[in-house]
Amino acid sequence: MTYSAGYGDPESGAPATAWRDGWPVYDRSGTVCVIGAGPSGLTAMKNLKEQGFGVDCYERDTSVGGAWNWRHDRSPVYASTHLISSKPFSQFPDFPMPDSWPDYPKHTQVLEYLDHYADHFDLKPHIWFGTEVVKVEPAEGERWDVTTRSTGGYGGERIHRYAAVVIANGHNWSPKRPEYEGLADFKGEVIHAAQFKDPAQLRNKKVLVIGAGNTGCDIAVEAAQQAARCWHSTRRGYWYTPKYTLGRPADQVNDLMLWLRLPLKARQFLAHRTLKSTVGDLTRFGLPQPDHKIYETHTIVNSQLVYYLGHGAIAPVPDVARFHRHSVELKGGEVIEPDLVVLATGYHPTFEFIDGNLLGVDAQGRPRLAMHAFPKRQPTLAVAGLLQPDSGLFPLVHWQMVAFARMLRVREAAPAKAVAVQRKLEADLDRRWTAAKVKDSTRHWFEISHTTYLKAIQRLLDELSLEGAK
Amino acid sequence: MKVMRAREWAFPIAAVRREVRRATPEVDEGKPPVLFVPGFGHGAWVFAEHWLEHTADRGFPAYAVSLRGHGDSAKAPKATLRAYAHDVAQVAASLPRRAVIVGHGAGALVTAHALARYPARAAVLLSPVFGGAGTALRNPMLSLPALFGGGLRLPAGQLFSRELPATASRGYAARLGRASTRAQWQLLRGRAPQPPVGDPPVLVVGSPDDRIVSDTALRRVARGYGGAPLLFPGMGHDLMLDTRWREPIDAILDWLEKSD
Repeated sequence: MTYSAGYGDPESGAPATAWRDGWPVYDRSGTVCVIGAGPSGLTAMKNLKEQGFGVDCYERDTSVGGAWNWRHDRSPVYASTHLISSKPFSQFPDFPMPDSWPDYPKHTQVLEYLDHYADHFDLKPHIWFGTEVVKVEPAEGERWDVTTRSTGGYGGERIHRYAAVVIANGHNWSPKRPEYEGLADFKGEVIHAAQFKDPAQLRNKKVLVIGAGNTGCDIAVEAAQQAARCWHSTRRGYWYTPKYTLGRPADQVNDLMLWLRLPLKARQFLAHRTLKSTVGDLTRFGLPQPDHKIYETHTIVNSQLVYYLGHGAIAPVPDVARFHRHSVELKGGEVIEPDLVVLATGYHPTFEFIDGNLLGVDAQGRPRLAMHAFPKRQPTLAVAGLLQPDSGLFPLVHWQMVAFARMLRVREAAPAKAVAVQRKLEADLDRRWTAAKVKDSTRHWFEISHTTYLKAIQRLLDELSLEGAK
Repeated sequence: MKVMRAREWAFPIAAVRREVRRATPEVDEGKPPVLFVPGFGHGAWVFAEHWLEHTADRGFPAYAVSLRGHGDSAKAPKATLRAYAHDVAQVAASLPRRAVIVGHGAGALVTAHALARYPARAAVLLSPVFGGAGTALRNPMLSLPALFGGGLRLPAGQLFSRELPATASRGYAARLGRASTRAQWQLLRGRAPQPPVGDPPVLVVGSPDDRIVSDTALRRVARGYGGAPLLFPGMGHDLMLDTRWREPIDAILDWLEKSD
């Protein structure tokens, strides 16, 4: 690792060129700052570099991988984490995962992949490990002052001025804890899914898993195998799609239908038929009937949940009404006595280092971004990977960053065009990038359909093409 | 740039065993790895003969892949051009650093397809056969059987210059295999590859005396990448096996060192 490329070149003795609140600001001229070295940050760096930008990346941990690195204290990864989208949807579109890997790689393989990506494209020399971003503030000329310090707050703070900033700090690390009556007085153990690492934590306990997201279902399946008892509490009915249908990964079947240009209604009909003939009617296990059609929200991809429901190892229960000292009361009046409650209730997007107004964050904490990436009136700022897709995230964030890097280039080469594109993006500020009607809950804030979204990116890239513009 | 690839997502290429030959320099000087891609009918061995060692001697880690159905890679009688390009992208992405891809003959077309799926550091197209009607008309006796599902005929006289001793050229010709019928069809159809990702510099190398690729075809490919071909008169189609094999590879490595 070389450290020569950053920090305002103190070695070369370059003096600070500006001041902010009495502190020196080191100008990094055209360099772009990337916050976080997880998948989103890495692909941001790679694509910015590819378009000729200098990059400085700040990573609070000491290695790459972000959420996928189980060594990181903020990583939500647990021992059995696997991808829920198959390889074609999970890999960066210009960096295939090895053929020797399974259809659904394990989290350790994903980390290996990201580490290899960073080495292959020579990204690590640009990353300042063990450095966290404290503040991101606008400076004159649509540039940004970024204040950093070493993680944990030791040592002094430094301010660097950048041409642009990519926020890639991830959105799966700040646990969302629901409020329940009596939760504070409950004597049993209560953990958030973020604290669940190892199935041994469940062994021989009576476990209540709250939440029907993909994590909640994974943990319920673990509990079915390890725990003395397992209750799985879900608020609504969901679609549980198996990982394989018709002899191939289910998401590939879905995209086969897309390739055949079947309309949503036809795809929903076919999916309902296929599920009916394979998984069958789940209400016979006591699960609620889904209150929406399939593909309206991203589906739960879990083949094992239904299997363990069928073996009686998981008892589906309704939403929790209130907690008592030693028991949990469910809606409908049933009372159960778990020793361990796992809240698989999701995560909040958190941007503690930047003024929320710059990202259009509303009272509930939801940022208002064009295409979930580009804030209003901030052409040199982007949020990477803040998406909840119905497929893998990596290809989507790759294209986001290709588009952002191009946008920065177009700003230099053809400013008028850049303004026009930015205006067009802002006109679509509140558009939801799904073909279907999405349930409006915090869980589905960033819900997108990968085809709708990628088509929009394709249009954006075509507009940003510089051919013929010069 | 093509973002929507529903067909590729719905039909991923099947995994196969691939032969990769390598020669690595004794001291890692930080130079980029070079991946050689042989043409139809050729295996990785054509580069292992001279070029791999020579490239490694000049400090570049050198690799050569056999496309599926060629050399010691697994049999693949139904392989498509896309499957071949997939083989190239797979090996390139597995290398420790961003790779330079050098494709020969129809392997240059495979390389061009792979460049749309992997951001190579640079690419070299050697005696590129980009297919289409022109290629077929120039070599009717070679291409005609391919139209009916036979192999592309590659006689020694077409591949090597007269300088190469007859025993050697016969020996090489005897080791040639054939590409899948589907891929041959796709070659004759000659659909243009998608533009490369990551904007790599591309060098086109060939010989005006190549009996498979005409001078005009060579210039057309080079113009497509915004340059002129680098010519080695008097050499045959298989530059890496000919008597004067040293000249083109040295020129290529010089170009790599200069453009880095």
